[in-house]
Amino acid sequence: MSLDLALLPDGGVGWLDGSGETPDIVLSTRVRLARNVEGFAFTTRARDGERLRVLAQVREAATLIPSLHDAVTVRVDELADIDRLLLHERHLVSKELAGLDAQHPLRAGAAVLVGRDVSVMVNEEDHIRLQALVAGFAPERAWEAALALDRELGTRVPFSFDSEFGFLTACPTNTGTGMRASVLIHLPGLVLTKEISKVLAGLQQMGLTYRGLYGEGSEVVGNFFQISNQTTLGRSEDELLDHLTRVVRHVVEREAEARRVLLRDAGYIIEDKVWRAFATLRHARMLSFDEAMNLLSGVRLAVGLKLITGLSVYTLNKLLIFSQPAHLERLEGRTLSESEGLLARARYVRQMLAAEAPLAG
Amino acid sequence: MLCDQCKERDAVVHLTQIVENAVTQLHLCEQCAAERGVETTIATPKHPLGDFLKAVQQQAMVPSAEATRCAACGMSLKDFRATGRLGCARCYGTFQVSLRELLRRVHGSATHAGRSYNGPQPAPWQRANSVRELHDRLKRAIDTEAFEEAATIRDELRGME
Repeated sequence: MSLDLALLPDGGVGWLDGSGETPDIVLSTRVRLARNVEGFAFTTRARDGERLRVLAQVREAATLIPSLHDAVTVRVDELADIDRLLLHERHLVSKELAGLDAQHPLRAGAAVLVGRDVSVMVNEEDHIRLQALVAGFAPERAWEAALALDRELGTRVPFSFDSEFGFLTACPTNTGTGMRASVLIHLPGLVLTKEISKVLAGLQQMGLTYRGLYGEGSEVVGNFFQISNQTTLGRSEDELLDHLTRVVRHVVEREAEARRVLLRDAGYIIEDKVWRAFATLRHARMLSFDEAMNLLSGVRLAVGLKLITGLSVYTLNKLLIFSQPAHLERLEGRTLSESEGLLARARYVRQMLAAEAPLAG
Repeated sequence: MLCDQCKERDAVVHLTQIVENAVTQLHLCEQCAAERGVETTIATPKHPLGDFLKAVQQQAMVPSAEATRCAACGMSLKDFRATGRLGCARCYGTFQVSLRELLRRVHGSATHAGRSYNGPQPAPWQRANSVRELHDRLKRAIDTEAFEEAATIRDELRGME
């Protein structure tokens, strides 16, 4: 089965549009809820038949749910490697669901329902991982969307719930609310002023945690961090969300302050750095993904500081997603060797900037 | 000496605080101290799951705990230690004693405080069917002397009837 991305509502990446609060610092806000369907062993212990029945139940319920009325069901277990990687690069499926994680081979019944702002992973670590992903810093909007979907789904599919432990999940780190609320945040100011380690240590003390761009186990590249709640039990969803909101607001203020300090104390160094980054992106002939990410980080900082105008956050966001390996292979319509990948990335970035930001300067 | 906070475990951390010139002494167990953010010399791993699995390991050293298997999915604590994941929703009942302790370590609490959930309302005929089915299962469980399972089914039936 091959994947037609054009069928996905907003290509499954509506959050890229650069709208919402502080889009240059907070790219997106996500709320995900982990649920299991009563009567079946959890995914990793279930038989193929059980997983397929779980999927059938979710699909049937989805037809009656308003926020999933135009959702597309993608049978991840039937996709070619490249398409699974593509969905992962779009943040629509986890590494585990896509079978890209050596520890967890692809499972029968692995699927994702992609709607507008919301999606449902089926047969991930838990039977159901539903999530709302929205642009900018919008925890309330994301929560409302996730909650509405959870209520709709929960009246049609019986979830495993216990009055003492809450929603029962495969990994006890998710037990209780099953909720992970996170923001994808860009913190170059704090990295450059070397304040970042203090901020990250502070997050951990406050019951929050951070990860790289692709969630669990991923490295931090391009100064992008995912900040989320660490615990899921003993506090209500509202409390967890309020806490995250307050702390993230504080981090955003610290980042803005760091940027002001940089501009004040080392303005010409920063200007030189970001313009060099922009020039490289505009003219380079070979770009690795990590290099592109770091350069994009510099240019994003410049756009936030209004040092470079005529370039939108939307374009930067698209570059971030579409310059990844599987996306480039799809664009080129063939498998790329390592050096071909470098060439293709540089070409794509040049063309994109020429088309969408011809007057940037 | 018992912990001033939980009044359950032995106090191992003795904290002397000076607040507005008044000296107070607080005696805490390791967990309550950690919950209050008091750093102790006992190193605690940063990653919650690491912490969790370590605790499972300790639990699993008790032979009886090691031998227990979930009646529904066959999961043992040993399996859990190897994968970090429980096998099914029933595992929460089977391993509840260990889990309470472990959840407290990971989350600082073992009791859900979030949204409640009632599940789909079954159609009347579905209800009648499942009550009948539960009665059958209860009988089977008693016949095979699976008393733990029988007790669970009985509770379920009480809830439904």
